[in-house]
Amino acid sequence: MPLSMIAVIVLALGAIAFAAARSKARLFKPVGTERLHSRPNYHAAHMLLWVVVPALIFVAMWSFVAPRLINQSILTSPAASELPPPGIERDAVLNEIRDLATGKLEVSFNPAAEQLAPVYRDARDHYTILGGIAAALLAYAGGGYAWTRLRREFRARNRVERAVMVVLVAASLIAIFTTFGIVISLLFESLLFFQKVSPAEFFFSLEWSPQTAMRADQVGSSGAFGAVPLFWGTIFIGAIIAMIVAIPLGLMSAIYLTQYARPRFRAWMKPLLEMLAGVPTVVYGYFAALTVAPAIRDAATWAGIPGASSESALAAGVVMGVMIIPFVSSMADDSLAAVPQAMKDGSLALGATPSETIRRVLVPAALPGVVGGVLLAVSRAIGETMIVVMAAGMAANLTLNPFATVTTVTTQIVALLTGDQEFDSAKTLAAFALGLTLLIVTLILNIIALRVVKKYREAYE
Amino acid sequence: MASHKMSARDVNVFYGEKQAIRNVSIDVDKENVTAFIGPSGCGKSTFLRTLNRMNDTVVGCRTEGRIELDGEDIYASEMDVVLLRARVGMVFQKPNPFPKSIYENIAYGPRIHGLAENKSAMDHVVETSLHRAGLWNEVKDRLQESGTALSGGQQQRLCIARAIAVDPEVILMDEPCSALDPIATAKIEELITELRGRFAIVIVTHNMQQAARVSQRTAFFHLGELVEYGATADIFTNPTQTRTQDYITGRYG
Repeated sequence: MPLSMIAVIVLALGAIAFAAARSKARLFKPVGTERLHSRPNYHAAHMLLWVVVPALIFVAMWSFVAPRLINQSILTSPAASELPPPGIERDAVLNEIRDLATGKLEVSFNPAAEQLAPVYRDARDHYTILGGIAAALLAYAGGGYAWTRLRREFRARNRVERAVMVVLVAASLIAIFTTFGIVISLLFESLLFFQKVSPAEFFFSLEWSPQTAMRADQVGSSGAFGAVPLFWGTIFIGAIIAMIVAIPLGLMSAIYLTQYARPRFRAWMKPLLEMLAGVPTVVYGYFAALTVAPAIRDAATWAGIPGASSESALAAGVVMGVMIIPFVSSMADDSLAAVPQAMKDGSLALGATPSETIRRVLVPAALPGVVGGVLLAVSRAIGETMIVVMAAGMAANLTLNPFATVTTVTTQIVALLTGDQEFDSAKTLAAFALGLTLLIVTLILNIIALRVVKKYREAYE
Repeated sequence: MASHKMSARDVNVFYGEKQAIRNVSIDVDKENVTAFIGPSGCGKSTFLRTLNRMNDTVVGCRTEGRIELDGEDIYASEMDVVLLRARVGMVFQKPNPFPKSIYENIAYGPRIHGLAENKSAMDHVVETSLHRAGLWNEVKDRLQESGTALSGGQQQRLCIARAIAVDPEVILMDEPCSALDPIATAKIEELITELRGRFAIVIVTHNMQQAARVSQRTAFFHLGELVEYGATADIFTNPTQTRTQDYITGRYG
């Protein structure tokens, strides 16, 4: 009997308790003019929570404890004397025993496993039944406690509301703790990296060549971890070229949509534009690598520009800019729409043309919101991976030539982690240091952007 | 005999299917202040906005009939709406200074119309306009501060100064005091009286005492119709229509 069966039984007990509590609560009659505090469903839900929640928490904990107890009983059984000493080999045998017992394996490689499989089966049944009995007892105990409180005056509604709130708080905490977990694990690996490579070299040195020697006698792979060319490539593609494309196009389309477009056209156009944001980035990557990049290379070669490569910063940046247009456009759209109509009327009533009104009144008034949108877009662009992996190339060049190939932080992270290096080599750990840097920069950008947008919202409310 | 600055004949205004103004004909004097009064929703503001074609910006709004400014049809296809609005300025119900400095608020109109050749000419326009709006002494030392930092009454006078700076012929005021306290209101009323003669002024108000104080001509609107139009003194003391009488004696509105 697996643990999931126990959970089902607990839920069934909960359903019975719910029905019982409700039919009892239905018999409560108000006294005098006083009204009943909690309706029968609240009494029943209170009962259900007491039956189900403690028992399920126990089942969840038991599912972690039970495998260890089972292993313990295998190791203490007489046949276990033939097992290897604690270590990887013994773990492998234990896994084999489990797979034999559950039928995943039919023949064993290890004779000891064959003998111990029945021991495993017995132990498993023993602990499952034990856990089941304990869960049922907890359910009964919880139910019994709740049953003693099931009276007319009992304020079950408030208890149930509080339980709902606890669930909601827990749900939001999970997201927050996950973020912390990510930061801490990145931080930990990055510290390991910075023990091997000094932060000064990482942040200020100009040479990036992460090949480290796998054998002591290997030549020519000393490893250089100066990340400046990566940072430059990221900024060049994500914050400069992409923004040169996205800011004017996004802003102008937002101006057209809010100020000129007829409502029916706008109703069509806006979702269509926002669909750009829903295109998977790998599709943009194809487009950049197969269509845009060759076209740009050919044009540059024809124009006689030196250093033109088929993996150019320009191709990746332009396609990324197109990807970012909806972000800029929808933030600009929101902030233009938030400028009061009175402001626009005031300008028009002075004899300003629509374009003068937009240029001199609407855009300046909406500027903080637009800036916020651009910062959010930048933070998205520099964290974007797929387009640059496919279109930007691997060579860490420190160049101003947009037709040359450059590489970015995200491209290098992918490259570093797909090698066949040991996991504690400086090369692999460098990926975590890069990831941490990227995370911190985007976090700061997001915080600034949200501040700017919030301040601006307050100005018009 | 006062001469007519603007005249409207058989004007109908529709918001989609709904008719907001029915067959209104009226003449606006050059030297006088004309007040539009009437209960909420009677169409007085809508009609005011037809006089400088601000209703053009409202989606689904359609205007029929003929409105003339100095004999020119302002709804004719040759009429340039930008130039029209430079000649017929407007002040709104809620003060709406631009989020720029006081100086830039005034300079905005003259700059787009090219009314000042250089910096000193612009300084002059700004100073004159603020003087005429009675705001100069209050703001002369802080022209570079934001216009939105002024008090409500000062903001509204800034908006009047902004309208004056373009040197219009007519100034339309749409309930200019409804967002202001009594002292600021008194200042605006005083200002309107001072501006009379220099500009033709049309003011929409729901405050009958205000109409009586500042205007020489009064038009009473009800349910989209012009019920009665005449000298202010006659309208308030000796109205010819029972609807007007009921309104000014407070029976409805």
